[in-house]
Amino acid sequence: MAGSGTAQLRTGEMELRVEHLAVEFGPAKRRVQAVSDVSLDVAPGETLGLVGESGCGKSTTGRAIAQVQRPNAGSVVFEGQELTGLGVEELRRARTKLQMVFQDPISSLNPRRRVLDAVIEPLAIWGVGTKDERRERARAMLEAVGVDPDHAAGRRPIEFSGGQCQRISIARALMLEPRLLVCDEPVSALDVSVQAQILNLLEDLKASHGLTMVFIAHDLAVVKNISDRVAVMYLGKLCEIAAPDVLYREPAHHYTAALLASIPDPDPNSSPLEYAPVTGELPSPIDPPSGCRFRTRCGRAELRCAAEEPEMQPVGPDHFVACHFPVARSATGTPAPAVAGTDPGATGPNSAPG
Amino acid sequence: MSRPRRTPPSFVDASALSGPLLEVRDLATHFHTERGVVRAVDGVSFTLGRGKTLGVVGESGAGKTVLGRSIMGLLPGARVERSGTVRLAGHELTTMTVRELRQVWGTQVAMIFQDPMTALNPVVRIGRQITEGLRQRVGLDKKAAHETAIVLLTSVGIPSPEERMQNYPHELSGGMRQRVMIAIALACGPRLLLADEPTTGLDVTIQAQILALLSAQQRERSMAMILVSHDLGVVANRADDIVVMYAGKVVEQAPTTTLFALPRMPYTEALLRSIPKLADPSHTRLRVIPGRPPDLAATAAGCRFAPRCPYVQGRCRTEAPPLRTAGPDHLFACWVPVGSPQSGEALLSNIAAGVPAAVAFSASQGAGTRVAVRSGAEADFSAPGIGTPSPQRDA
Repeated sequence: MAGSGTAQLRTGEMELRVEHLAVEFGPAKRRVQAVSDVSLDVAPGETLGLVGESGCGKSTTGRAIAQVQRPNAGSVVFEGQELTGLGVEELRRARTKLQMVFQDPISSLNPRRRVLDAVIEPLAIWGVGTKDERRERARAMLEAVGVDPDHAAGRRPIEFSGGQCQRISIARALMLEPRLLVCDEPVSALDVSVQAQILNLLEDLKASHGLTMVFIAHDLAVVKNISDRVAVMYLGKLCEIAAPDVLYREPAHHYTAALLASIPDPDPNSSPLEYAPVTGELPSPIDPPSGCRFRTRCGRAELRCAAEEPEMQPVGPDHFVACHFPVARSATGTPAPAVAGTDPGATGPNSAPG
Repeated sequence: MSRPRRTPPSFVDASALSGPLLEVRDLATHFHTERGVVRAVDGVSFTLGRGKTLGVVGESGAGKTVLGRSIMGLLPGARVERSGTVRLAGHELTTMTVRELRQVWGTQVAMIFQDPMTALNPVVRIGRQITEGLRQRVGLDKKAAHETAIVLLTSVGIPSPEERMQNYPHELSGGMRQRVMIAIALACGPRLLLADEPTTGLDVTIQAQILALLSAQQRERSMAMILVSHDLGVVANRADDIVVMYAGKVVEQAPTTTLFALPRMPYTEALLRSIPKLADPSHTRLRVIPGRPPDLAATAAGCRFAPRCPYVQGRCRTEAPPLRTAGPDHLFACWVPVGSPQSGEALLSNIAAGVPAAVAFSASQGAGTRVAVRSGAEADFSAPGIGTPSPQRDA
């Protein structure tokens, strides 16, 4: 299968190890293959960035890791424990060490509850400490995420901005001292100035609480900023995985290269893109292309790409790619430019008739 | 809004062909709400030349969208108060009736909106939504309008346009809907295109497609564009000039390269530094702007950015800074501009005094580095005329 294989998995003790994960939705006739055979691992204290465009299955992967969405196949081993077969009660116990932070900070908090109560709740459920101790710990945690507990305690989420609500959500997620935090687009609903606050906060908390993180986002610059290792997904498959500096300097997968080339460069002296690096749109995950799923939009695609799914293979130290014809690397380390496809949806002056 | 009926403006008079295409002076748009007067746009002035691109950047609530709609005259209602002037090719738009504006919309100025799903009519086929303007404004007959619409759809990169004409908006993807909206906006050949966050909500590869399309169309039609975006990356290499808005006001305005190289207003500087950049190594500490944008319904003396500014001084809290010139076409509103000698002193004293914004600034710069005044900027400030109020802007 394309983007399958386990060459990218490392040996040694991993905080999280996901193998052959598959998630499907819907009836048999119109089955959406949201995640197909994804394998990845996260070392203790590491931040894995999971990046891709909408519909690539990055959020579903995150939800399947936390077992919020039970996977159809594959295994998720967290701290040596297999999560996929666990019953409800065992899973609840395991999840105390595995928490999630969601995209929309306002709707992920109960609007009718007071902020302090929402943050205390995890401790109350597990009966940790006395009532006063719980209260103190919640206040300390709010302080740690930059929310004034005196101001916030009695208020309800509606009285806070998106950034403040995201801080409160993070505080709540950290109350049970989790080992792994799955952040699903935690900053994409926030303005850039507030986004920077939350990213810095996550970096600080990671250091102070010894967290391991899976950070899901569509913004490649954000992912690069926070990650130790980055995995790129496309249409339910893993394309490429590498350390961020390597991945961004020398992308080996044509999709990664195109994705990077698509980002508007905040440099006034750069020349604007005349042609879009990728033409056409995402194929349907109900009936994904055979072979490599990116081949329909890839300028480098050949017959082999349709017939045979590329497996993850190493292209450098800790750099893995699922492509039959990885981007050629020049001596300087800059990738050859991605070739635009010949899709009818192609844009640019050439496609305009007279 | 009942005014004496006049003949619709012709827009082909020779006098209109010289001078700037769009001239906005002291444009203000206030909403009268239960919470008080919300000053969404508060005295904005700029000019835009023919075929040029102006980028408008700012965070949510800065007034970018209201500015665009206000220029278009799309904000009617008893609780909306608009003042100032908007001159398009010499014609004053603010005093026009809706009837007169209909002669302007589409043919002179068109707009594309952020959300292509809600901006298109969900129960009308794509074809009719495009041909409507062509038939009513340009006066084409049914057949000619249909043919023109197909040419338009092809030019915006929509495959099998003949079939798409029969589709409803929900049958198309977000990227395709945005292409349709661009086709509608371009249909009557406007001289000015207002693009309000045209790629927000689209995936990055689709965003690249739409931006490339807009650039190509703009060049082909030598059309001027106001590109509104929260993303500095989107405007960086497309806009000739950039206007930075904060809390309804223009806080800085400059040619794009100048703005990026030598921002004067602390907010612009902070905005530039708070964005994670691909070129930076992983785990680069981001510049933080503490707090959040002000409540526009609350009146405040002084600079609206003062509570979040690391260089804030006493004067900033009491007296609103006017727009001043800092070089050719470079305007900024600040008492303690970035790069000036006093900003370095202000920052150091604010850090010592424990002003939160200054402390956050020094923390994100890493142990006291880069607190000193930037050397290149200092020289600029000694240039004659800089820092003195501009006669035309200072009202």
